[in-house]
Amino acid sequence: MRMIFAFLAGALFGAGLFISGMTDTSKVQGWLDVFGDWDPTLAFVMGGAILPMAAAWAFAKGRKPVLADSFPKPVEPKLDRGLVFGSMLFGAGWALVGLCPGPALASLSYGGWGHWVFMAAMLAGMGLAVPVRARIDLTA
Amino acid sequence: MLEQDWIYGFLGGLLIGTGGAVFLLMNGRIMGASGILGGLLDGSGRANARERLAFLAGTILMPIPLYPFFRSVDTHITTDLTVIVLGGLMVGLGTRLANGCTSGHGVCGISRLSFRGISATAIYILMGGFTLSVLRHIWGVI
Repeated sequence: MRMIFAFLAGALFGAGLFISGMTDTSKVQGWLDVFGDWDPTLAFVMGGAILPMAAAWAFAKGRKPVLADSFPKPVEPKLDRGLVFGSMLFGAGWALVGLCPGPALASLSYGGWGHWVFMAAMLAGMGLAVPVRARIDLTA
Repeated sequence: MLEQDWIYGFLGGLLIGTGGAVFLLMNGRIMGASGILGGLLDGSGRANARERLAFLAGTILMPIPLYPFFRSVDTHITTDLTVIVLGGLMVGLGTRLANGCTSGHGVCGISRLSFRGISATAIYILMGGFTLSVLRHIWGVI
């Protein structure tokens, strides 16, 4: 059952990313292009996504997930180097190509070779996080 | 931006958020693309690997039956291989070090009023806007 609902959640996610236009790199770069031809679409996508999600968090209070024992606990509200430097690195890479991990997945079937190269590089970058974390203390 | 773009954007957003709500309320999990993928890669998600794969399969396959109904499938991705590889490496490493991306920190974090999620989202959007502005309007390279 968990597999079925994981697939369903993924399918809704993929459909939403495709329909919203967020797999179009020019729309994402347009959102970041505040000094050029700014495209506010991403704000509507984010707003649309936060509505059902906020309702879900509110509903989750005092309940249990249907197919699991507990909801994920809130993380201590504190910034660390990993969050700050990681988000900076992500933001810069996001601007370079106009893809983040979700849309990179959703566009694999139709985006062409560039999307496969991006996916391979992104997976390599994710793999790099393991040795980087082992060498540099990012929890402070 | 075309006038209909924000409507598609909002509708697509509702679907994304509904996906996140299903994953949370049914499976008790946070819908974060970088975490679901990265956990498979570094072994930290071995215990629920099949659930992760099912989610990823849904994300990758679902757009296919929708092609005929929605405009063009042109993603306007750059053809500059160096930029693609560099961007991919930075997005992969950055999202794993930050423990989340636009879906986990953005959609799931902001809707929970998570301090870390809101902070991360502010940082990557500001850094993205800064990087794009410098590369496009000052250096003229992208």
